[in-house]
Amino acid sequence: MRITDSRELAKRVRTCALRMVHASKASHIGSCLSATDILAVLYARVLRIDSSRPGWPDRDRFILSKGHAAAMLYAVLAQQGFFPVEWLDDYCRDGSPLTGHATVCVPGVDVSTGSLGHGLPIACGMALAAKHKSQTPSRVFCLMGDGECDEGSVWEAALFAPQHKLDNLVAIVDCNRLQGFGETRQVAELEPIVDKWRAFRWAVRDIDGHDLPTIEDTLAAVPFEPGRPSVIVARTVKGKGVSYMEDQLAWHYRSPNAEQLAQALDEVEHAA
Amino acid sequence: MRTAFIESICELASRDPRIWLLAGDLGFSVLEKFAERFPDRFLNVGIAEQNMTGVATGLAVSGNIVFTYSIANFPTLRCLEQIRNDVCYHRANVKIVAVGGGFTYGSSGYSHHGLEDLSILSGLPEMTVLAPGDPHEARLAVEAIVRRDGPCYLRLGKAGEPFVHATPPKFEIGRAIQVRDGNDATLISTGGMLTRAIDSHEKLRARGIEARVLSMHTVKPLDEAAVLCAAEQTGAIVTLEEHNCRGGLGSAVADVLAQAGIGVPFGKVAVPDRFFSKAGSQSHFQLLLGDPIELVVRLLSRNKVDKAPSQKGLAA
Repeated sequence: MRITDSRELAKRVRTCALRMVHASKASHIGSCLSATDILAVLYARVLRIDSSRPGWPDRDRFILSKGHAAAMLYAVLAQQGFFPVEWLDDYCRDGSPLTGHATVCVPGVDVSTGSLGHGLPIACGMALAAKHKSQTPSRVFCLMGDGECDEGSVWEAALFAPQHKLDNLVAIVDCNRLQGFGETRQVAELEPIVDKWRAFRWAVRDIDGHDLPTIEDTLAAVPFEPGRPSVIVARTVKGKGVSYMEDQLAWHYRSPNAEQLAQALDEVEHAA
Repeated sequence: MRTAFIESICELASRDPRIWLLAGDLGFSVLEKFAERFPDRFLNVGIAEQNMTGVATGLAVSGNIVFTYSIANFPTLRCLEQIRNDVCYHRANVKIVAVGGGFTYGSSGYSHHGLEDLSILSGLPEMTVLAPGDPHEARLAVEAIVRRDGPCYLRLGKAGEPFVHATPPKFEIGRAIQVRDGNDATLISTGGMLTRAIDSHEKLRARGIEARVLSMHTVKPLDEAAVLCAAEQTGAIVTLEEHNCRGGLGSAVADVLAQAGIGVPFGKVAVPDRFFSKAGSQSHFQLLLGDPIELVVRLLSRNKVDKAPSQKGLAA
């Protein structure tokens, strides 16, 4: 049964991701939590997909270009019935297909990622293929990080998409203002990021990446302009949902211990 | 070879609507034929090879057969991680074409010398690596890689190479073509060095040495049986490649011989491990790689005991 309540799905994904990262002592929980609300709306309300037919040719595609947030993607796919929830217990364990960066070996994952900057070009290719077969209504959604926008290949793709009028392509930038070894403004200031995407001829919306109704209304409005690709600049908080993780660089890397996990799960469970 | 490529891909694309061609802002006076006939399946993606490779992957996993095309190292080294993680890891039907392999663009300088591609691309699982020896082989290689499912790399010369085969040979990926018979020594060449191998065969014959010539158009998967056959039946093996001496054809052949435990005298004609900083035509550079004839003679002079020079064996 597909969950269609974004808030409920987001809560479940946060809960699963926290447990997974704790059990495997993996990194990247902060990166997962900043994007969970976006992911929940996509998988609960927006994506035309079918868990019984992961290879359905006319499906919408979703590319997690920030592939290190794999835990949240696996969690959402399990919750939506693409594979048994029990598989999540083996995240990053010996022999498990659930590796630390998103992989097509897991049912429901469209593209294997992990090295940043690869997703948007592939998304362009998929969007182009869908347009070429004009009968298919498939859309392609690509979720990137803001730090990821340091990679030149992102901007190669950004030049390409409007050139080929890929209005079935939607990029989402998870702007949590932190990257691997500093704040984005300290490393390579991206502001004014909205102006940048607009200058590259994309149709841009700038939203609160944790406001579920706004996320849903915005995604419902794609394409924002016919003939142009769409990009959503989502203002988020790294580690959102767990007070001691929010806006902290360290939680890009750290794994919560048992006590920290308990507090985190409690906060997620009782969130407004 | 470039002409053979474009004619072949146009013919194939006229029969198969899944074939696309992506070019990295190159192809003037070459690719127009394809672009004009199939405008909705041709893309000049601009000078952006990482994006070209990613776009090719996205198109390919959506059910298409996608060629990427540029010069020397641009479609390969510039976007190697995309080839590894996007093309190969997804077993995508992307066929990477590099024109100007080796020293084809010799006078353009080091940036345009394609000398490490065979070893680097051979190192990637799921990648098939081809360097045809003449325009006939080039055309057949294009047909073969379209039939073959999965990632392929095709290294071509430019234009105006001589036809070595009188008529189109039987062509199979992974099967070397014996171009000249002989049992005293074997010359195994890949890519544009085939003409040098043929020339060497003739000069060796004049010295009473009958050298078998194998066109090893497929570097990966290598025709190991042909190598082992040559080692058992002939007195020496010399490989020829317009490629760095580390990790290319010579290394692949040596790997086979060493693992089989066959102690046949062996040598490589390849690019030494240094830069070439002066201008030069392709033939100028090919000559700088060393003399295959002297190498064969030297290797055979080591051969005190074993094979009788005129022993006839089974054909490869």
